[in-house]
Amino acid sequence: MAKTLATLPPAQLAPLADAYHAAMAVKRRWTVGGLVLLVVLTLLSAWAGQVDLVKFWAGLPRFASYFHDIVPRLRFETFAADMAEWFWNFDGWLALLWDTLLVAYVGTLAGAMAGFVLCFLASANLTKSTPIRFIARRSLEFCRTFPEIVFALMFVYAFGFGPMPGVLAIAIHTAGALGKQFSEVVENVDMHPIEGLTASGANYVESIRFGVVPQVLSNFVSYSLLRFEINVRGATVLGFVGAGGIGKELISSIRQFYYADVSAILVIIIGTVFLIDWLTEMLRHRLLGIVGDTR
Amino acid sequence: MRRRHPEVFRAPVVERCLSLAIVVGGTALAIYTLWRFGFSPTKFIDGLDKLGIVVVLMMPPDPGSQLWHYVSALAETLAIAFLGTLGGALLALPISILAAKNVVANRILHFASRRFLDTIRGVDTLIWALIWINVVGLGPFAGILAIMTSDFGSFGKLFSEAIEASDRKPVDGVRSAGGSELHSFRFGILPQVMPVLMSQVLYYFESNTRSATIIGIVGAGGIGLYLANEIAQAEWQRVAFIILMILVTVSVIDWVSSRLRLAMIGRRAGAGA
Repeated sequence: MAKTLATLPPAQLAPLADAYHAAMAVKRRWTVGGLVLLVVLTLLSAWAGQVDLVKFWAGLPRFASYFHDIVPRLRFETFAADMAEWFWNFDGWLALLWDTLLVAYVGTLAGAMAGFVLCFLASANLTKSTPIRFIARRSLEFCRTFPEIVFALMFVYAFGFGPMPGVLAIAIHTAGALGKQFSEVVENVDMHPIEGLTASGANYVESIRFGVVPQVLSNFVSYSLLRFEINVRGATVLGFVGAGGIGKELISSIRQFYYADVSAILVIIIGTVFLIDWLTEMLRHRLLGIVGDTR
Repeated sequence: MRRRHPEVFRAPVVERCLSLAIVVGGTALAIYTLWRFGFSPTKFIDGLDKLGIVVVLMMPPDPGSQLWHYVSALAETLAIAFLGTLGGALLALPISILAAKNVVANRILHFASRRFLDTIRGVDTLIWALIWINVVGLGPFAGILAIMTSDFGSFGKLFSEAIEASDRKPVDGVRSAGGSELHSFRFGILPQVMPVLMSQVLYYFESNTRSATIIGIVGAGGIGLYLANEIAQAEWQRVAFIILMILVTVSVIDWVSSRLRLAMIGRRAGAGA
């Protein structure tokens, strides 16, 4: 019975096998070419980036010992006192962290509002005018190209030290990032409700309010919550350039080698980020669930 | 119609109250924040005024005598982004296999590797840069290591999710033909996830080009150092020139990488079909 599985006659098999080998050879050439390019780029970058493996190897124990140094000594018998010493400035740090969270919150809110307005102008299905769309898209692109800290640097110069420049910087970056995501959502909406509204005499704003917004709102909120998560992380470092929040404390304790403070602040930041991630994820699932029910 | 079926038009009371509460609470929190941060319209307008002056002073963008310093710093920035992304991806591949439920079915290992990755991602790239500066000193190498570390966290998560989403059937096929554990990964899972991983790596390269422009602010190499310095010295024409350089570079990188991504996915899909 095994004979029934016999292969094709050689005359038919040979061209097929040749084609297979040719196809594999092409694929292999692509792979090898890609790898060579990768290696060349890596070497070039290593040269431009002053990669020094000797220094790295020599410094590596310092990386481990750094983490060893920043972890405070906690003894079992005096655990409470050690903890109290480690988090000696807990209230002060919490207040700064609260600032950081508020910077992220107001920045996200303001950015989401700006993005909300601009996204309709940047969507090809709602805005037929090419110049308006072009301007809206380019300005969103400009807003999101620079990390918020670049804006923060300039705003600190204009508005002075404090959390306000941080809020504005985050708002601008968020407007750019969310505006793009929003407009992608808007471009995928079902156009039938809008046609219906337009046919019954609705103007541009009304057709967006009753035709588009109900379709996209849950996605918008979900994206905004995700962006809030990102902004909380971003806001922790805005203090590096004097734009408010916990970052100022962190950079000064790292620079001045207050080891225990560094770890205490990092623990607080990581804990908060976990908490925020968890909360927003729950909210997002809840929200998508609710919308799914009412639809 | 509205009179005949009022219940259809009225949203449930609870839902209405909830959305009202969210709006009121959100606005109250925003107002509280503005109050706490000492926001005042006059100060805001003053700031805008100053910002306007800055924008006027930026014209025309001019590098002064620094052009070549800027160009080499920008090359450094690209090198940081490239090596950081590559290193992060290479390091993340092994741990993402550990963190994927369908490959390594060990709950403790799975949980531990996930939390480890979360912790790394909870720390911003700039903070990693500060820590690495303590190890290898100031300069771009610290920046590479910082981007590598934070990408390691992100890639570990993304890769393991891609592996978990892969189809089980090719693995079963390789197994039933007598393949080992390693074979089933190499021939069952890797061909499925490779295009996804590649496109994620390219996407992160784009995003890291942006991050690498600022990593110099803390002294970890690249154009950021010049940007921060020129802003501090109020050399606005130079600042404008650097910003333009970054804009052009980032859009070139975006363009190249999106072309590459399309080509790669297309080719792989074609080869698979």
